Amino acid sequence: MEPFYFYTKVTQVELLGRTACNVKELLDGIKVVPSASIYHHTHRFLQQHWYFSPEHPNDFSYWITNSLGLKKLGEKIASVDIMRFNEIESLRQSFIQILEDFINESPRLRNCIRGEEFRFLSSRMFILPTPFVACSLEEFLDCLKRITIHSLYFHVFEARLRLKKADNDFSCWLRDAGYIDLARGISRVDPYTYTLEGLRKRIISIVNSYLLSFK
Amino acid sequence: MKKRENNGYVNKNIDAYRSIVGDEAIDELFIIAEKLKNRSIQNINSTSFGGGVVEILSRMVPLMQDLGMNVWWDVIKADARFFEITKRIHNALHGVDVVLTRHDLNYFVEVNYYNAESIKRWADIVFIHDPQPIAIIKKKKRKLKNKWAWRCHVDFSHPKSEVWLFLKKFIEKYDASVFSSPSFSHRLKIRQVLIWPSIDPLSDKNKELSPKFVDSVLDKFNIDKDKPIITQVSRFDYLKDPLGVIRAYKLVKKYVDCQLVLAGGGAADDPEGKKVLEEVKNEAADDKGIFILHLPPNSHLEINALQRASTVILQKSLREGFGLTVAEALWKEKPVIASAVGGIPLQISHKYSGILTYTVEGTAYWIKQLIHEPEYARWLGKRGHLHVKNNFLITRHIQDYLLLFLSLYNSEDIVYL
Repeated sequence: MEPFYFYTKVTQVELLGRTACNVKELLDGIKVVPSASIYHHTHRFLQQHWYFSPEHPNDFSYWITNSLGLKKLGEKIASVDIMRFNEIESLRQSFIQILEDFINESPRLRNCIRGEEFRFLSSRMFILPTPFVACSLEEFLDCLKRITIHSLYFHVFEARLRLKKADNDFSCWLRDAGYIDLARGISRVDPYTYTLEGLRKRIISIVNSYLLSFK
Repeated sequence: MKKRENNGYVNKNIDAYRSIVGDEAIDELFIIAEKLKNRSIQNINSTSFGGGVVEILSRMVPLMQDLGMNVWWDVIKADARFFEITKRIHNALHGVDVVLTRHDLNYFVEVNYYNAESIKRWADIVFIHDPQPIAIIKKKKRKLKNKWAWRCHVDFSHPKSEVWLFLKKFIEKYDASVFSSPSFSHRLKIRQVLIWPSIDPLSDKNKELSPKFVDSVLDKFNIDKDKPIITQVSRFDYLKDPLGVIRAYKLVKKYVDCQLVLAGGGAADDPEGKKVLEEVKNEAADDKGIFILHLPPNSHLEINALQRASTVILQKSLREGFGLTVAEALWKEKPVIASAVGGIPLQISHKYSGILTYTVEGTAYWIKQLIHEPEYARWLGKRGHLHVKNNFLITRHIQDYLLLFLSLYNSEDIVYL
């Protein structure tokens, strides 16, 4: 079995200096900002709130709901299933489609109040090694309990969508090592519906159950 | 140009933070710092006493040195006229109408150039803090061919256009700019990085205190520990709205027998403080429940004790850079009521980790609620503490600065270290 080297990431947030006051301007921004910006606005909540699931899973839906008062549109944007997408450009297109449909059906667009404009951000990722290495399932389980939330986040979220791998790092490694069912079990977890600590527990539980089934 | 004295530095040991943020966070700092071992870094600001920038630098510089980095801190030399001009620039950046003549701006640039010429040692990375020394770059960058970053600590969301245009021509000479809140960003030709400021959990201002010491501070100021204490800690500055705080307290006082503590000082670069203090004293008049404590700059333990003794902590600013006193109060698990300005909404999710208000009346309403519902107040405080631990401690701030320095040499979106 090839060893699994755990990495972690640290993030630098950039301000793009671009703002939106209404849905049309939000749409215009979503069309042109870098993909790292779309990624940032759909994943920021997950990283900043470790212990509770935020009501709005992305910045776009939060702003549409709270600053524009468009609850139905906000819910539509919030409900975009990010797990369906393997790359950010498709995710971007999904938001564009929803916003264009809304604009076509709405003759008048309301502006937010001054000071509540949507501000486009972006992020750069710096990837670091950690001391954790797993050469067996038992070691993998032990590492899962000890790595930081950021390391877990990197291997589950960043690997799949930002580093454009087909799956999360754990499943890729397990599949290569012949643990097909276990890999599939972890792939099937929708990480966007857990807090990061909840996600850690869920993956540990899947690996644990797999190991126990052979004892 | 003055060399910053080392006696202002407090904690020089980065390993002391392991017990608070965990080994991994500190180990990561060492890994990133290693990548900067061949780069020298020079911080430049305008004062060595008072204010948030000094607090941050006096802690961060020695900790970066402990990470093995070649970092130092210089302070520009300037006279009262310069600081009077920069105070007006500061107010204009907050959207206040001020008069700034061509002579004023010329003098501002002249003092910057004088300081640029008197600096003898330059680093690979020059990190300028706030607008006061911003123009030094114009005199030096082309000659030195090093990297320059400008850190804006003030609320930049609604600057007066003349002052913004004046500063912009200097800002765009930098390689990168740093702001504390998304609302401070503007369209610029250079990269803009978001870095929240931070608090130091081991500083005198934030470390754990014994109940005995806390009581002794209350005794010292004749504050009754058996009555609810409402506190605002901030400089005596119009933008912190101390008069609004007194009005909110008076609305509460009609129904609740409580006390108000207004504690703060004035920074060396703030000539307006005395005037505000006088107005606050007049507004308080002879109310025995109001304690106006104009404290010297090193009163960190007293401030800490006053915050820990408080029932509710306010930050009713009209404009705010980031509002670090909010993070300080949340770290002490206190329920905080604050204005939704500057960086405060980043620290407080309304009704989840604190309360955001917009008016004197709203502030008074929530003070009463939190005094009457201590369980909810405790719940808010605990969540606020956790949010600060995850996002606003000095170790995260150091990490962000190290990434900023690294990013001056790396333009990719994804960087493997």
